[in-house]
Amino acid sequence: MLFNNLDQLYRSVIMDHYKKPRNRGTLDGDNCVTVNMNNPSCGDKIQISLQLKDNKVVDVKYLGSGCAISQSSASMMTEAIKGLDIEKVHQLTFDFSEMVQGHEHNDDLDLGDAEALHGVSQYPARIKCATLAWKAVEKALREADKESAQQ
Amino acid sequence: MDIQSVRQDFPILKQQVNGHNLVYLDNAATSQKPSSVIQTMVDYYEKYNSNVHRGVHTLGTVATDRYEEAREKIRRFINAKSEKEIIYTTGTTQSLNLIAYGYGLARLGVGDEIIITPMEHHANLIPWQQVAQKTGAILRYFPMEADGTLDLEKVRVTVTDKTKIVSVTEVSNVLGTVNPVKEIAKIAHEHGAIMVVDGAQSTPHMTVDVQDLDADFFAFSGHKMLGPTGIGVLYGKQSLLEDMEPVETGGEMIDEVGFQSATWAELPWKLEAGTPHIAGAIGLGAAIDYLQNVGMDVIQHYEEQLTETAYNLLSKIDGVTLYGPGKRSGLVSFNIDGVHPHDVSTALDSEGIAVRAGHHCAQPLMSCLKCESTVRASFYFYNSLDEIEALARGIKETKEFFGHVV
Repeated sequence: MLFNNLDQLYRSVIMDHYKKPRNRGTLDGDNCVTVNMNNPSCGDKIQISLQLKDNKVVDVKYLGSGCAISQSSASMMTEAIKGLDIEKVHQLTFDFSEMVQGHEHNDDLDLGDAEALHGVSQYPARIKCATLAWKAVEKALREADKESAQQ
Repeated sequence: MDIQSVRQDFPILKQQVNGHNLVYLDNAATSQKPSSVIQTMVDYYEKYNSNVHRGVHTLGTVATDRYEEAREKIRRFINAKSEKEIIYTTGTTQSLNLIAYGYGLARLGVGDEIIITPMEHHANLIPWQQVAQKTGAILRYFPMEADGTLDLEKVRVTVTDKTKIVSVTEVSNVLGTVNPVKEIAKIAHEHGAIMVVDGAQSTPHMTVDVQDLDADFFAFSGHKMLGPTGIGVLYGKQSLLEDMEPVETGGEMIDEVGFQSATWAELPWKLEAGTPHIAGAIGLGAAIDYLQNVGMDVIQHYEEQLTETAYNLLSKIDGVTLYGPGKRSGLVSFNIDGVHPHDVSTALDSEGIAVRAGHHCAQPLMSCLKCESTVRASFYFYNSLDEIEALARGIKETKEFFGHVV
């Protein structure tokens, strides 16, 4: 059997999110912020929309194109952060980033399906694919901060 | 050419990657280096490391001699008239930037035209965008056919008397298209434009004769042709280089320096400020020795066989789309239906097969091909037919793997 290690990376839950993405779309309206982020070395593209209220992510959607890892990660991320306090979202994005880099991380936090991406740590060239959507969330939260500071 | 004996000269090829024999098919990104090149650079650092054109001590003289000998090897390799026409750079990117900023910026004005093709690497695109924005010149494109080739008749009607610079890659790094740069140069010259050729992907694989091409400028990199990274060449006709003002100034490029002004050294040193990549230049000289020993005609002929085999094997696999023309230089770009190129690349890598996935620094071309990225397998003369077969097998298995998990 060839590729016998490869299914440690491409787990069925990952391919399921890739083929059947959750929370695709854009949000606009009050308390919404949308950001774009690219992975210029490989061309992966992600757009993340957040709707924020009372320090919570009340809704989140994404659009994008790219590999199975980057796109499934985005889909899983939307499920993981929806409804969470912003503070908790920061903790999750940090936690996720540590996990895919193979570092010690906090197991108590619930990454949901995104936990399946831990195998990425064995593929250093693909870590950037996995973290793209999560970095975009951080960027969206920074944008939201800037906007509220201006108001 | 005895492929087994050639492969013995490349130490890196004798290894396993992820439990499989390495199959290195990313040669358009960078080539591997033979022992002779590596040893030449080690010798420089171990035996005569010194700065060039400065000291009068013995080591400095040896280093300078070897450094200038390499320039003469390069001159012969591309058949330039004079070693004054061979400027050392860090690579094709710097060479093209030097042309754009050192030549283009001072000579272009509002309404002048620069014409390139949609298949340019970003290195032969962004410098022209920048210079056009700064000067008010217009950046135009030759139309490209669906198979990724240029039609000379369309080239002919695109060039006008406003065209000042035509800059075209000799070989596409994505499609392998071999462009008729000699004929395009003739058309450019009929309109008084200068012809720039990006030779990054052609120089490693075929005989280059800059006088025969009648190129005004020709740029290439050492690291894609068995040499080290960080060294490349800008060829320019002497009269054009004489007219160019240096983009970088400082050590080694001066004639005389006063408190308020300075005058420049002669060519080629006028355009080479600072301590150069001495080991790199000498290493590139050794790379040229190796290539000439094998023979550029032999290399070209052998790679045609590799490429034809790859094209035929891959075009027989259902669900694989190949990009570019049938007749091409040594690479194939492709996609597998429903599998992103990065996932293909990871799968092949787990079998020891190194390919490139992405937009290959050619995003405008990707939009012409109506895809965001491709997988590219690119060959060099040390690749074997067995490796091409391993690639085809790997692609079939990748297709099955992702077909299975979906």
